[in-house]
Amino acid sequence: MLPSTRSLLVVAVLSLSVAACRKKPEPAVVPPTPTPTTPQAPRVNQDSIDAANRAAAEAAERARLASAIEAARAALVAPIYFDYNMSDLTEASRATLDAKVPVLNANPSLRLRISGHTDERGSDEYNLALGQRRAAAARRYLEGRGIAASRIDIVSFGEERPVATGGTEADFARNRRDEFEIVAGADQLRPADR
Amino acid sequence: MMGLRLWRPLVAAALMWPAVSDAQDSTVRGVRIGLQYASGTRPGVAVLEVKGPGRGDSVRAMLVRDLDFGDRVGIVGASVADLPPVSGTPNYELFARLGVSGIVQATLTPAGALHVAVHDVAARGIMQVQDFPLRGVELSAEWRLSVHMAADEVERWITGTRGIAATRIAFVRGGRLWQVDSDGENATPLGTEAGLSPAWHPTGRYVAFARPSDAGYQIGVRDLQTGTSRTITRTTSGSNITPIFSPDGTTLVYAYGEGDGTDLYAVDAFAGGPPRRISAGRGTDNALPSFSPDGRRIAFTSGRIRNPEIYISDADGTNVDLLTTTGFGDQQYRSNPAWSPDGRTVAFQSQLDGRFQIMTISLRDRSVRQYTSDSQNEDPHWAPDGRHLVFTSRRTGSEQLWVLDTESNRLRQLTRGAASRHGAWSPHLSHR
Repeated sequence: MLPSTRSLLVVAVLSLSVAACRKKPEPAVVPPTPTPTTPQAPRVNQDSIDAANRAAAEAAERARLASAIEAARAALVAPIYFDYNMSDLTEASRATLDAKVPVLNANPSLRLRISGHTDERGSDEYNLALGQRRAAAARRYLEGRGIAASRIDIVSFGEERPVATGGTEADFARNRRDEFEIVAGADQLRPADR
Repeated sequence: MMGLRLWRPLVAAALMWPAVSDAQDSTVRGVRIGLQYASGTRPGVAVLEVKGPGRGDSVRAMLVRDLDFGDRVGIVGASVADLPPVSGTPNYELFARLGVSGIVQATLTPAGALHVAVHDVAARGIMQVQDFPLRGVELSAEWRLSVHMAADEVERWITGTRGIAATRIAFVRGGRLWQVDSDGENATPLGTEAGLSPAWHPTGRYVAFARPSDAGYQIGVRDLQTGTSRTITRTTSGSNITPIFSPDGTTLVYAYGEGDGTDLYAVDAFAGGPPRRISAGRGTDNALPSFSPDGRRIAFTSGRIRNPEIYISDADGTNVDLLTTTGFGDQQYRSNPAWSPDGRTVAFQSQLDGRFQIMTISLRDRSVRQYTSDSQNEDPHWAPDGRHLVFTSRRTGSEQLWVLDTESNRLRQLTRGAASRHGAWSPHLSHR
């Protein structure tokens, strides 16, 4: 055996001995204190609660918006009524028309059609003219409140489309009316600005 | 034999009442050939059995009904069985004793004509003879018109006035235009389009009407010969309503309103062109025009002094005059004027106790005559004889057309079934 080879064997044995000694336990080492943490399951519930809260709030907002849109729609289509053989707007009719104005202002692309109707007691042909005048009266009032006349079509059906056919005075009063129909912009209706 | 047995009692009764035939027979023989007719009297007329090939029973039924509905003659023997059988020359003496002044003897010829002879009982001879060609298939509208035309000529021979059997009434049923023969038969729709307020052209070929849509009403004219329609007005909004042709047929007058009231406009009926306004309602409603027979004046409804009343103006809209002045006892509503063909009166509807009734007003002294009082009666239109009116009445519970004889006040129901209104009487019609 060559002297250099013998030296290498000695080094190798020593190295193995040292390595064997390092694998022994070290009882003097103190384990680290664990940091207190929130359990994983409670964390997930809170997110759900938050999400649910957000969803509820959004649903409430949607409901509020839907209600507001429905109220706007109801205001737009609310009919007005007239006295016998008259096309003058009553106080109640003016209030009903006033309620339409903010909705129309909030929806500049919205268009209305006003149809004038009469009761059955006049000449049915002359009633077509009366219905026309009733529809025009409402359009003129809205125009006076700043609504462009170009956004409002008018038509008369005279006594051809009654809503009440009983023939009583109450029925006649229900039939002497203007009806309001949204003919454009209904699908993007926004409530009136507050 | 059965017929003989049935008419024998009638003849026997006639022989017991010679005064009846004496009163009817006022013709002085040798002086005048023809029957005597005076307003308010009704000469007795008998229509004999219609012989020859074809629907003689239907022809006789139509002749009897047409003469009866003319209200100028009295039909003797509604059934053939009530009359003496006739073979050859009638027994004038026998018919005279039945109160018959004129005998209508019609025969269907193999050539497809209706040969009609009218006998003057007092003159003991035939007063008129004519062959009337029968067009179309038996019982068709065209064939029926042929028989109606014969009936009208017979009435003219007897009374001096042409009958109104060969006419039709346009009307509205279920929102669509219809027409019915003057005897209430043959009700048929005028196409399928919706329409209101039909009005006849003086030729009887066209009907103007208001055509509804969701965007308002336009004036349309339907050609009854071709079955086509065209739109006269071209407005983008508003209502064009209550059209009427001028008596010369060249002009259409109608009412148009979009916003500030409704006014009368005139437009060339066929050449078109821009309409010209002929009333100045200043924000009120002016509609339902009716021409005077000479075409120089127009009656219309206007609310220019609050409640609707009847006004008259010149055809160009000048010289407006209130026709239905106060004095009706009910200051609510008068509308739908119809100028009579003789130019003397205007029929209209007047509201009494909340319901419309049919009235006429004299243009000479403005005297008013009321014709109806039961139920609601409205929208009168004159027949071309200037004696009969068609109007809408609810006396049977639903709206139906009725015909009124303004001389005798006799009423007959014209339409049945579905509700009918806006009756407009045609001029005399003929084959084209």
